[in-house]
Amino acid sequence: MVEVTLWGSLAATAGGNSKVEIEAKDIRELFRKLAEQYPGLEPLIDKGIAVAIDGTIYRDTWSKKLPQGAEIFLLPRLAGG
Amino acid sequence: MNFDPRFSGRKFASVGTRPIRPDGIDKVTGRARYGADFNMAGQLVGRVLRSPHAHARIVKIDTSKAEKLAGVKAVITAADLPDLTDGDAAMYDVLDNCMARTKALYDGHAVAAVAAIDARTARQALKLIEVEYELLPHVTDVDEAAKHTAPLINDAIFTEGLEEKPVKPSNVTKRSQFGHGDVHQGFGQADFIVERSFKTEQTHQGYIEPHACVANFSSDGTADLWVCTQGHFVYRQHCAQLLGMEASKLRVTSSEIGGGFGGKTHVWAEPVALALSRKAGRPVKLVMTRDEVFRASGPTSATSIDVKIGARKDGTITAAEATLRYSCGPYAGSWAEIGAMTAFACYKLDNVKTVGYEVLVNRPKTAAYRAPSAPMAAFAVESAVDELAKKIGMDPVDFRIKNAAQEGTRSSYGPVYGPIGIGPTLEAVKSHPHMKAPLGKNQGRGMACGFWFNFGGQTCTDLNIGMDGSVSLAVGTVDVGGSRASLSLVAAEELGIDYSQVKAIVADTSSLGYNDMTDGSRGTFSSSMATISAARNAILILRERAAQMWDIAVDDVVWEKGHAIAKGEKHGNLGKLSLKEIAVESGKTGGPIAGHSELVADGAGVSFATHICDIEVDPDTGAARVIRYTVVQDAGKAVHPTYVEGQYQGGAAQGIGWALNEEYIYGKDGRLQNAGFLDYRIPVCSDLPMIDTQILEIPNPNHPYGVRGVGETSIVPPLAAIANAVSNAAGVRMTHIPMSPPRILAAIEAEREWSK
Repeated sequence: MVEVTLWGSLAATAGGNSKVEIEAKDIRELFRKLAEQYPGLEPLIDKGIAVAIDGTIYRDTWSKKLPQGAEIFLLPRLAGG
Repeated sequence: MNFDPRFSGRKFASVGTRPIRPDGIDKVTGRARYGADFNMAGQLVGRVLRSPHAHARIVKIDTSKAEKLAGVKAVITAADLPDLTDGDAAMYDVLDNCMARTKALYDGHAVAAVAAIDARTARQALKLIEVEYELLPHVTDVDEAAKHTAPLINDAIFTEGLEEKPVKPSNVTKRSQFGHGDVHQGFGQADFIVERSFKTEQTHQGYIEPHACVANFSSDGTADLWVCTQGHFVYRQHCAQLLGMEASKLRVTSSEIGGGFGGKTHVWAEPVALALSRKAGRPVKLVMTRDEVFRASGPTSATSIDVKIGARKDGTITAAEATLRYSCGPYAGSWAEIGAMTAFACYKLDNVKTVGYEVLVNRPKTAAYRAPSAPMAAFAVESAVDELAKKIGMDPVDFRIKNAAQEGTRSSYGPVYGPIGIGPTLEAVKSHPHMKAPLGKNQGRGMACGFWFNFGGQTCTDLNIGMDGSVSLAVGTVDVGGSRASLSLVAAEELGIDYSQVKAIVADTSSLGYNDMTDGSRGTFSSSMATISAARNAILILRERAAQMWDIAVDDVVWEKGHAIAKGEKHGNLGKLSLKEIAVESGKTGGPIAGHSELVADGAGVSFATHICDIEVDPDTGAARVIRYTVVQDAGKAVHPTYVEGQYQGGAAQGIGWALNEEYIYGKDGRLQNAGFLDYRIPVCSDLPMIDTQILEIPNPNHPYGVRGVGETSIVPPLAAIANAVSNAAGVRMTHIPMSPPRILAAIEAEREWSK
């Protein structure tokens, strides 16, 4: 079970919860279960969400493991210039 | 991907040296081929008809007279680019921006295009296209556009991110919020509070090379596109989607690039050129004029930002809050969201809140510009931080050091930081001789910090070893800042050979797997990771071939300093085989030797910089001159230090132009009034001092060599550093960028008037 923090605007689509607990071993499973639990999140996941694991931002590595006790933070998927 | 990206702490032989860049001679002799340098037999000239109106309904377009003109081979409108975006709202915006469908949304919006045998005929044809417009009220100012009374640009847009779904459409497309703690409580603990509003005007990336491409559509449904871009794989995806093609049937080749800075991450002319070529059955070359680049390619946002920061007498910040409004052009974007995330990222804050509002205006579609959205937020925040330090009576550097984020700090945008470099850049600035140098009359010094995320992304690389032992490296990230030199150094480092044995090229979209574009400071970070991986794969094969040549087990062969070495006493008299010796025999040991890599280079480390600037202001004219400038930035590891310094200097130079002169000026009619370099003034050499640089190397734990991106962060602090310097020199707080002479003079005169 990992605790996932959602950024301000995303929390609104997860029933107002800024923190949710999910049983997930990696980012792929996290996204799948978030979409099942909070259908409002699915289109946002499809558009792109980044995951910060202990401060390191992952945008595409959906196989990245979520270590127990790690800080998991969902962020908008940004691009640079 | 079976690749361990963790920092290894190795000692380097090639990385960190400063060899000559492989593309240098061609660039200084004029042989390098940029977008407009490509030509094909039978090529037509493409030209685009653009709306002269800021906001207008397109009632009718009659192209019949243009089509009848001798020499015209194709005329297209939105009807020739039908909507194939299948509900993808972002791609629909790209399509509509390439060719207006029902409304022209800004001065310069494309409404039709022609392909003709020469430029003169094409221009004549444009004049023969009759467009009937119904003029609509327009709005170009970000604050005006956010008002309920403003003309609506898109009545299907309702503000996202509000607690309650709005019932009326709005030009504010989205609200986003970040932060933690309780700012109300934090401000209650403050002994000093600074609260100010700031504005920044819209600027363009100002790349020297305009957008240019040649499109060649074949009658078999395949096509080629030669184009100046930061990301040819992304251009292929977008163009193929907009034209209804399979991506594999469109081959895109990137030219040399005369600057991009985020502005060449977006298609504008390319789908139009392809549609013209498809219709004409001939190659079409489309080159934007400078006027078109300004009017119709993507500038950055204009902004309006309110900042409030409170601190105790001992200098501890107790709360920080910002409201940021960013213009997006006429299409939804996420520019304020990025500003809201980056605004306070340099600081350790218990109570912080930022709110961003995306605002539609009748201006060109906003595009990324080097650390997009961060410089404007940093300008507002770092100006207020400076003022607060002054109010408390603390040195501005010490005040920032006291409040700087560090490893373990919860960032203002959410996650907790790993190892970061803001503290070391501040300490380096504190002890830098620049901070102690005396200032003359009418001179002021300012400093400021900046943050940028940096990104990685999908990356694919091939490394081929020729039979003469030379190495060719094919990468898919466009070289915008010397990355071919850096990546050659990385290949040389891994293989243990000399830099001169490696030749790097940027391969076309049919030669490599997909690569994300060169943005987010990812070029060297990502492609170096893929190059390391590809080289290590090639070394596995080199060891196998050496084992064959020696007739021993591959496990008994190790690779050291460019040679295969047989390990163990039983192989003691085998000597060693160089890469070249193994390559020469490759035809007899299994054929070509190559290494391939495809990976997602995630884990780019965040980056910080601190800049120092000295300015002299003429109190009679308001003219400001930069007399000394120093950049201190964390590079993680500088692969080729000269090009890292070049990125630092380039960001500072662009920031100086943005801070002091550059701005889009619109008339009351909503038309851009300064669409050219005579009236839109970017800095030239004589405007700039030598920009001093100091590279710090705090390794990124997620890259084998510790590399972080370096391309963007350098443009984040300049607006604020220069504003602080001007404010100190002029004796009045500057709150509006650019600080052009009239604006500085008006501020000085207002201060004099107020002091009377």
